[in-house]
Amino acid sequence: MSGVEGYMYPNEITLNWSVLIVLYPYITGLVAGAFILASLVRIFNVKAVAPTYRLALLTALSFLLVAPLPLQLHLGHPLRSPEMYFTPHSTSAMAMFGFVYLWYLMAVLVFEIWLDYRSDIVHLSQTTTGWKGRLYRAMTLGSDNLSPRSLAIDHKVGWIVTLVGIPSAFILHGYVGFIFGSLKANPWWNSPLMPVVFLFSAMVSGIAAVLLIYMGISKLRKTSIDMPCVDTIAMYLFYIFILDFSLEMLDLVHRVYEADESFRTLNFMVHTRLYFSQIVLQICIGTLVPIFLLAIVQVKKLPEIVRKRIYVVSGCLVQIGVFAMRWNVVIGGQLFSKSFLGYTTYKVSLVTKEGLLMAIVLTILPLVILWGLVKLLPPWDDEGQASIPAATAAN
Amino acid sequence: MLPAAAIAWKYVLAGTPEDSPNYTKTDHWWSMLIDIPKCIGCGNCVRACAAENDVPDGHFRTWVERYHVTDYHLANPEVISPDGGKEGFPAVPKSAGGEEGFSAAPEDAGKYFFVPKLCNHCEDSPCTQVCPVGATFVTPDGVVLVDQTYCLGCAYCVQACPYGCRYIHPEKKVADKCTLCYHRITKGLTTACCEACPTGTRQLVDLKDPNDPIHTFLKTHSVQVLKPQMATGAKVFYNELDGSVR
Repeated sequence: MSGVEGYMYPNEITLNWSVLIVLYPYITGLVAGAFILASLVRIFNVKAVAPTYRLALLTALSFLLVAPLPLQLHLGHPLRSPEMYFTPHSTSAMAMFGFVYLWYLMAVLVFEIWLDYRSDIVHLSQTTTGWKGRLYRAMTLGSDNLSPRSLAIDHKVGWIVTLVGIPSAFILHGYVGFIFGSLKANPWWNSPLMPVVFLFSAMVSGIAAVLLIYMGISKLRKTSIDMPCVDTIAMYLFYIFILDFSLEMLDLVHRVYEADESFRTLNFMVHTRLYFSQIVLQICIGTLVPIFLLAIVQVKKLPEIVRKRIYVVSGCLVQIGVFAMRWNVVIGGQLFSKSFLGYTTYKVSLVTKEGLLMAIVLTILPLVILWGLVKLLPPWDDEGQASIPAATAAN
Repeated sequence: MLPAAAIAWKYVLAGTPEDSPNYTKTDHWWSMLIDIPKCIGCGNCVRACAAENDVPDGHFRTWVERYHVTDYHLANPEVISPDGGKEGFPAVPKSAGGEEGFSAAPEDAGKYFFVPKLCNHCEDSPCTQVCPVGATFVTPDGVVLVDQTYCLGCAYCVQACPYGCRYIHPEKKVADKCTLCYHRITKGLTTACCEACPTGTRQLVDLKDPNDPIHTFLKTHSVQVLKPQMATGAKVFYNELDGSVR
């Protein structure tokens, strides 16, 4: 049979989870990472990265709104998906996604953005006319009290929401790793480290994404890039990346040293079908090169222009590396037979419900939503300076 | 109106699509015995299953594998299952006890045997555990079924099955698998595959029936389940299962 080597159980030859399921943990990871960056400002009081605070929140929201779409499109019966809310199966990790998602969307992200933007929204509702004015008035939810006491309450509640949001972001993405890591049938996925590895790679990809978006928007708006801000983000990116890479290597070393019954099969797969996506893209180009580049910035004093270029290149390579990691997990986990006797092939279709075109659309869609959100809720003030959360400014 | 709704609800709770008079689910605990030395790889079972259950081409509720194990490849046997063994298998070389005359060195001939596969109707089935809406469930008589009117088609159960027994039905877009011919066994019949087997390799067994010969068989034979390390509570028992079988 074409594309099959050795023996596959006959129902295994066609892959059930496509590139859209690769996209799903990738997008969810960007949400978690962007939120963690925002929490650096609010909870950990890292003032240097404050210029990206609001942008990070809006980025997280844009990607979160798109996160369930790949899953939805993948389902055989998308219209039945509300059953996950109405009759969830309590032992299913996937059933909990709906609730974690809703909690994170409504109780954390939308609530925090609303609290942070409330005074802006009230001002805009009073100074804007037409449909936009009506929209802003609706967005105030009838709360137009901007007294110092009222604002102080906003800040306090916002701080608590962010505090709750950090474990929520961890749960949101950690559970995505759990969906794979808890399947004992698949040795490529089955690892208690999987949720942790997913979480750290999520932070890496989300922080790098906000860094790239911030630099890109600054270029588009022709405003200067706040170098202490991007330097600090790059520093956090570097250290979290080191942790992420260490965890991934720990998983790898453990597998190699333990060499259980699946090892020969998985080893063969890594050296053949996954060689390019795992060794070349994920480990070399997507991890070692950006870690090396970011390390240079940490140890050497480089001119501003060089640092900027390093951040852009590293940010892009990180995205390639993390996407490759998701690919290797999701697709790689289906390329070998659970009999450990054979391998199959995955060919991405182009213009189908689960094809490449749809994956590209779903990757671009969050950026379009972000553009709309930035227009509606500008993350910077009238002078073009990025707004600093009042809570941090007050500290 | 109300009694009708109550009856319907009873079947919804029980997970059965139709009324089966004189059948009490809790009196049974179904499983299957596969007597490996008896299997001749004719493919009758695969064809019978496909015909009985309208199984789409290229997908299998049951299939037959042929193992070729040599001294030097105990851990890595050669396995084939052309079209699930539906139309049988290519001839075995003469030196290995077959009737065809093509050459194979006797010392390398090894042994050949057939292994029929189907859903193991596990007691602690991983597919049931992961289903996000509970569309996959274990009936009170021990059969793992899929409510196809409820299944989302997410394929999580397909990934969770260690035995490769599930697939997404290409037209219905829902999970599909062996039902142990539930529509037949609840009416006192045996499964289509058992009925079609010419050698009695497959035998439907009821572990709750004290008169079922399985009880004696289990005591007097070396019986194993597939992948016991998975701890799924698999209920398809294999007589003389070779250690190389996956």
